[in-house]
Amino acid sequence: MKVLVPVKRVVDYNVKVRVRPDNSGVDLNNVKMSVNPFCEIGIEEAVRLKEAGSATEVVAVSVGGKSCQEQLRTCLALGADRAVLIETDLDVQPLGIAKALKALQDKEQADIVIFGKQSIDGDNCQTGQMFAALSGMPQATFASEVQVQDGKLEVVREIDGGLQTISVTLPAVITTDLRLNEPRYASLPNIMKAKKKPMDTVTPEELGVDVTPRLEVLSVEPPAERQAGIKVESVEELVDKLKNEAKVIS
Amino acid sequence: MSILVVAEHDNAELKPATRVAVAAAVAVGGDVDILVAGDNCGSVGDAAAKVAGISRVLVADNAAYGHGLPENLAMLVTELAANYTHIVTPHTAVGKNFLPRVAAALDVAQISDIMEVVSEDTFKRPIYAGNAIATVRSNDPKKVISVRGTAYDPVPAEGGSASVEAVDSVHDAGMSSFIKEEIAKSERPELTAASIIISGGRGMQNGDNFKLLEGIADKLGAAIGASRAAVDAGFVPNDMQVGQTGKIVAPDLYIAVGISGAIQHLAGMKDSKIIVAINKDEDAPIFQVADYGLVADLFQALPELEAQI
Repeated sequence: MKVLVPVKRVVDYNVKVRVRPDNSGVDLNNVKMSVNPFCEIGIEEAVRLKEAGSATEVVAVSVGGKSCQEQLRTCLALGADRAVLIETDLDVQPLGIAKALKALQDKEQADIVIFGKQSIDGDNCQTGQMFAALSGMPQATFASEVQVQDGKLEVVREIDGGLQTISVTLPAVITTDLRLNEPRYASLPNIMKAKKKPMDTVTPEELGVDVTPRLEVLSVEPPAERQAGIKVESVEELVDKLKNEAKVIS
Repeated sequence: MSILVVAEHDNAELKPATRVAVAAAVAVGGDVDILVAGDNCGSVGDAAAKVAGISRVLVADNAAYGHGLPENLAMLVTELAANYTHIVTPHTAVGKNFLPRVAAALDVAQISDIMEVVSEDTFKRPIYAGNAIATVRSNDPKKVISVRGTAYDPVPAEGGSASVEAVDSVHDAGMSSFIKEEIAKSERPELTAASIIISGGRGMQNGDNFKLLEGIADKLGAAIGASRAAVDAGFVPNDMQVGQTGKIVAPDLYIAVGISGAIQHLAGMKDSKIIVAINKDEDAPIFQVADYGLVADLFQALPELEAQI
């Protein structure tokens, strides 16, 4: 069984991003970039499926510029067997990414495709579901537990207010939620080994897909700043303020 | 313009997030219809007909739509989309699940988690956990939109008198099936609907200590939330998480206890009307957004607070 894991290169989650003064976007110069955390959970899940004997091959794929090779190498060091970069310098959006991945899937014929539930830059939460629709696959989004059964997956999903368990036929899409697993760190020997693992590059043109962005970003602005309020000295003062000043409790 | 709002419901009641999505649809302008797709969901259809500002309610009542399985729901919405310029739904677990399938099937971009309708084709939405707000324009023939639960005040639940029509199309992809659901039963209000929320963070030290919040929550009629750090540490389940990767809330009063105020938590609660922070670290970033900050040991402050409210 083959597992395909699409990963996204994003600003590291520890970086506080700043909006460019001309409001054209956020400033990405000299900012640390990483594998999107939810995608890293996807790689970990795929590697665990392989370690458990359910999967035979783990393929990491990214859609973006040449620099995405860095994140794909990280995925190889974490246990992926090979990597594919679908290289484009366009500012790709979920629909374009989903189309490019669908074209790759037509060649790869993976049984399970594991996405992160959302990227921490665009916060769209779309790509896995779009890919599933384009590929005619079922989806198990926001997964917190995955079990492979013959020809099927049983997945526990995080939903509003609790958990839902569903069963989907293979091939299927999974999108990862936070509690699915805790990704490992890459060991030094594995980082060295990753340098020798295969990494292919294709372009959207070669795959025959149009990844031109559909949404036009007119401006990017910082959010309205919230003013810091006051410090109170005691619980008594706090309760008094809440009752008599803010009037939010009675 | 003609807009279809896909309702969020549990086959028994219409969720308030639906009326927020309707408010966004009204802001776009034009005729607004609601689709209620479910199993034995007639009462939800009747409730939807009373919502202010609705022209028609379409009810697709079939076992295939019973659990909001996205494959089936997306096919239904894609078929109905032929008659509409805008498809709108709440940015909830259900909406996030099926809506991108609709957008992909229609070959249009989706505009997720909008905070504001600027015009019929232009919207504001948060990116980078709310650290930046993007204004985006869709040039696609149809707009597929999910709406943040705090974007607008919900339209009134009463006052409308829409016609109710049955939709007979049944789509069953046969690729997925529902097994079970475990919804946490609680006397307390739901996080996204509560007017007061008290949340605990890593400072709570363990899950047992969340009991300290319960007495206060009961007295205030509040919901209990948690930071991602508290969820990660295993203190409480993930459905209590407030933040970028959890629930987005904007209650009248938000009390953050033992929460340092990581960006990803602030992204989920900084639109609250009044924010109270209780933390023993006076340099914690949460104080920069708090209206009232109390530098104190929460194990002393919480029992005092419970006694005084």
